[in-house]
Amino acid sequence: MAYVAIADRDHALHDPQTFITKYIWSQDHKVIAIQYAITAIGIGLVALGMSVLMRLQLGFPHFFSIIAPNNYYQFITMHGMIMVIYLLTALFLGGFGNYLIPLMCGARDMVFPYMNMVSYWVYLVAVLVLVAAFFVPGGPTGAGWTLYPPQAVLPGTPGATWGIILMLLSLAIFIVAFTMGGLNYVTTVLQARCRGMTLLRMPLSVWGIFMATVLGLLAFPALLVSAVMMTLDSVAGTSFFLPAVVSMGQPPTHSGGSPLLFQHLFWFFGHPEVYIVALPAFGIVSDLLSTHARRHIFGYRMMVWAILAIGCLSFVVWAHHMYVSGMNPYFGFFFATTTLIIAVPTAIKVYNWVLTLWRGDIHLTVPMLFAIGFIFTFVNGGLTGLFLGNVTVDVPLSATYFVVAHFHMVMGVSPILVVFGAIYHWYPKITGRMLNDTLGRIHFWLTFLGTYAIYLPMHYLGIMGVPRRYYAFGGTNFIPPSAQWANTAITISALFVAAVQLVFLFNLIWSLSKGKPAGSNPWRATTLEWQTPDTPPKHGNWGARLPVVYRWAYDYSVPGAKEDFIPQNQPPDARIPAGLEHGIKP
Amino acid sequence: MSLAVAFGALLAGVVVWGLLARRLTAKPWETPGSPEDLAAGSAVSLPPAKIGLWILLAVITSLFGLFISAYWMRMEHAHGDWTPLAVPRLLWLNTALLILSSAGMQWARGAARRAQADRVRVALIAAGVLAWAFLAGQLVAWRQLSASGYFMANSPAIAFFYLLTGVHGLHLLGGLFVWGKTVVRMAQAGVELLDVALSVELCTVYWHYLLLVWLVLFALLLST
Repeated sequence: MAYVAIADRDHALHDPQTFITKYIWSQDHKVIAIQYAITAIGIGLVALGMSVLMRLQLGFPHFFSIIAPNNYYQFITMHGMIMVIYLLTALFLGGFGNYLIPLMCGARDMVFPYMNMVSYWVYLVAVLVLVAAFFVPGGPTGAGWTLYPPQAVLPGTPGATWGIILMLLSLAIFIVAFTMGGLNYVTTVLQARCRGMTLLRMPLSVWGIFMATVLGLLAFPALLVSAVMMTLDSVAGTSFFLPAVVSMGQPPTHSGGSPLLFQHLFWFFGHPEVYIVALPAFGIVSDLLSTHARRHIFGYRMMVWAILAIGCLSFVVWAHHMYVSGMNPYFGFFFATTTLIIAVPTAIKVYNWVLTLWRGDIHLTVPMLFAIGFIFTFVNGGLTGLFLGNVTVDVPLSATYFVVAHFHMVMGVSPILVVFGAIYHWYPKITGRMLNDTLGRIHFWLTFLGTYAIYLPMHYLGIMGVPRRYYAFGGTNFIPPSAQWANTAITISALFVAAVQLVFLFNLIWSLSKGKPAGSNPWRATTLEWQTPDTPPKHGNWGARLPVVYRWAYDYSVPGAKEDFIPQNQPPDARIPAGLEHGIKP
Repeated sequence: MSLAVAFGALLAGVVVWGLLARRLTAKPWETPGSPEDLAAGSAVSLPPAKIGLWILLAVITSLFGLFISAYWMRMEHAHGDWTPLAVPRLLWLNTALLILSSAGMQWARGAARRAQADRVRVALIAAGVLAWAFLAGQLVAWRQLSASGYFMANSPAIAFFYLLTGVHGLHLLGGLFVWGKTVVRMAQAGVELLDVALSVELCTVYWHYLLLVWLVLFALLLST
């Protein structure tokens, strides 16, 4: 039995009949994708709101007292955790992964649709448990998104009784949801591709999402292990992580535990997590650039290999987050070296993106603007990463705004720009209507320039030594008054950027009914999701017959071809010899 | 933690290499052509549930690998508070039960291959009952330890004992859930052996895997 037979098998698709089975308890990957996306964006807006409040506090410390000093850490913690896990991870894998994998691979659905549905509902439970933390006595945990013990579970830290338990519980539930989804994504990519879709004919979006899922499946257990053990420390009185601490004058209740052990476990998850977010972004942006530059992606095979190399290397760099925890110098040397090595495949990708644009027929559509914006932002954030990867530079900078600027550029703004680009790109397929172009351009420019106005000054603040995590700076002598002006300017930019996201939300809702009808392939793209018989694709995606793939995903501007793109499912033409189109002699 | 590094790199490497490497050297831009000439090299003839199970086993391996490296690191970082655990002797009996249970599963799988429906039923039920007996035995071992005054807060070794056996037991419970569904389906009238053969096979793989995990954990508890 060949692998194609599974996708083509004539099993009942359980066509949904009622509203509930169609849109709520749905097993259709497209509906689940939208459910994931809406939930992720919803909770992401909460985190965005929290960052606005934090910025108001920092920018105008004398005008606002929205956040009490003892709540500030709770805001930091929840903002970080929501953005990294509940927004970005869920949106890229649960949202885009769910929508794109079956459509781009030419499958009718995920291979385990029921499990896929359960995955979403379990994710929703994780989000609700997380939100519940806002309403329990003591509020959510204020331990920082890294949840380091011992302070995470000691009295004195906000939310040390209820908040931390709910956070750990929510993470554990999230991991269960992710594992169910992840098994689906990986198995679907391996087993349910349509005929002719070899691994190296898959679009890079699928490659990025696939590898990110593999990373997630192997890395999230580390978070689960640390969450379980910390819960036991907090509830059952064990001493896995907790050393003997005299807290609030009370005699120590624990002894001998190792906080460093937690840090190793956490970052063994935490660093791959960076790439769980980055790899789908890399993949998607490759497809956006190629489609809108009407040119094949430069170095396709190298791009695939780079994704695999980054995935493997991401498991051996975690301790670069722990330089300031103190470590054997040889250990630090090892991790600094691996950290710099991982920059090599990453740089290959950046070169290939730029070379894809070189001599391309660049259409500055809204998705393309976001994709190009991503290259700039990612290079900026990546370069400061080279600073911080070195132990001697990291140690003085680690507790400053330089780090805030670095990871927001590389892990916050960069992937979010790709998310926006991807939404502008695929919205026509998802809804059948185009998003408004003018609003899209306003959204892009204000977001792109606005984020630079936010994060560039933070690098300078960091180099001056302005500490991060502080609620207020008080009478700190080494911080000049101009730092506060910078802080105010940053806050004003942040307010602008946050407000512009409302334009985007309005566009999303308004275009749903008022947008220009898109047709089936508005960007004239080659990949399979644009070749569906219906737009939006119906349940089962492909009508009576599955597509058959004859070529790779990047046949743009092929010399001699009638159009400037050849869909993947178009049979070969005798008049265009293989290989000739890219200047390779047959 | 070096364990975890080696393990992570090895696992990721093996998975990626084994599944993908021979197909990662094609030149897709050169080969627009009929899918038939490509299908031969890329066919994977396993049912998706089987692939799904193997991937799940990789995830569980990651989980236990990390628990075990946490165990090692906690032992090494201990500031004189690590007292080795006196492993309850009952665990030897439990281990024997789990081995028998796994053997029973293997028997069921063989019978399913030879299409002997009655033997599948007997072997499957025997394997499940033995697995339940193992779990009951583990609970008794827990009771014995706590009755002699040792519970989680006393010492890290004991805390790890409860944690590791508990997590392993939970995984076995998950397997028993699928086992229960399979037994119920076999009991229904008109169900062909063919319909449950895959479930029996997947249960067998999972059982052997959990036996392996248990043997590793047991060896770890005995040796430290």
